Amino acid sequence: MAEIPLPIAMLAELTHVCPLACPYCSNPLELTKRSAELDTETWARVFREAAEIGVLQLHLSGGEPASRRDLPDLVSAARDAGLYTNLITSGIGLTDRRLEELDAAGLDHVQLSLQGVKAELADRIGGYRGGFDRKMAVASKIAEIGFPLTINAVMHRENLDDLAETLALAERLGARRIEIACVQFHGWASGNRAALLPTREQVSAAKALVAEARADPGCPMVIDFVPPDYYSDYPKACMGGWGSTGLNVTPSGDVLPCHAAESIPGMVFENVASRHLGEIWRQSDAFNAYRGTEWMAEPCRSCDRREIDFGGCRCQALAIAGDAAATDPVCRRAPTRPLVEAMLSDAIPETAPELIYRARVSG
Amino acid sequence: MSDPVPFLPRGVRRHFDKVRGCAVLLGPERALMLDEISDAILGAVDGERGLTAICTVLAETYDAPLDVIRPDTEAFLADLAGKRLLDYRGG
Repeated sequence: MAEIPLPIAMLAELTHVCPLACPYCSNPLELTKRSAELDTETWARVFREAAEIGVLQLHLSGGEPASRRDLPDLVSAARDAGLYTNLITSGIGLTDRRLEELDAAGLDHVQLSLQGVKAELADRIGGYRGGFDRKMAVASKIAEIGFPLTINAVMHRENLDDLAETLALAERLGARRIEIACVQFHGWASGNRAALLPTREQVSAAKALVAEARADPGCPMVIDFVPPDYYSDYPKACMGGWGSTGLNVTPSGDVLPCHAAESIPGMVFENVASRHLGEIWRQSDAFNAYRGTEWMAEPCRSCDRREIDFGGCRCQALAIAGDAAATDPVCRRAPTRPLVEAMLSDAIPETAPELIYRARVSG
Repeated sequence: MSDPVPFLPRGVRRHFDKVRGCAVLLGPERALMLDEISDAILGAVDGERGLTAICTVLAETYDAPLDVIRPDTEAFLADLAGKRLLDYRGG
């Protein structure tokens, strides 16, 4: 095995508690109870360990991270450790006072999710009445404080046609950056694939619109666009390569190579309670399982793209091809590509089933 | 003659990475490793100096002609501005 790289980014899933119930949630089907969450001191230690092993960027996520009452203390601890702190939030639960506390704690950046540009659709997707109006109020307080803002617009069949309005809204809210992320089918989202997968026509129109917006010198935002990979020729380089740049810590302290890795049967995850994060990063079986290119079978093994897309997404290979070590079925060179084609031919708007909402954490 | 003042907006900051032993520029979803020259340029970007003053400082520090320093500095800062990691005021 070649030298083990240093991680750059860590996603801290502080909690699975969330007021919303988005059907595309990437959290695992088995949610962690509040009583099993890591406490403030443990998170603070994990942040210090992350900085020691090279992590620069910390993403505070969930669930809804604002559900943690100690959020400002966690931000302070992360800044003390020398990390760049990014809050990934729906905005729900962030009061004006809480935002001021986060400002005082040194929060670097806010990433606000958008379920839709109209209250009716946004509240229906989020499963939370009044959520859109509350979010707009939070966005205005974010602007007043002066936090740099990224809008994270999760797009799917029901809202991809609103892309132009989405860009306009993000600009009005003062965002410097927008992530247009088409739903990826992990966790709760996988049960909603047939309802949420956009059509080929929608995706083509969205790509054209993004190209036009990026070419506009008057556009004040950086636009990151993640198209649905089912329509692509090659898979996305999940996590930039397994165990190469990023790691994920669950609410209870399990350390994962990617947020969906718990869907891979037989994979064992180590916990921050029993080992230093650096040892887990370098030595744990879960991180070494698909690190580098040695684990690959054909057609990946001899492929000229093996160090570009690293065989794609392991969780998607498992979910569609039934084997986490297989080539991502999205790839045109994968023998299982016809399975993806079959899913695409099932994605007909007239037959889209009802949405299944994410469960809420009990207890 | 106008002389716009470049500055790092809120949410973008220089950081010394002790693990890798180099300077980095941190911003939203970004961590740019800075070489010695880029770090020196950003060290001169203090939100007060205009572009000309920045180039003059760098020319003196590195004992290099201004007409060599200026195009490189402008290109580097323009690239950061394109990534929304740098803003200008005035000018």
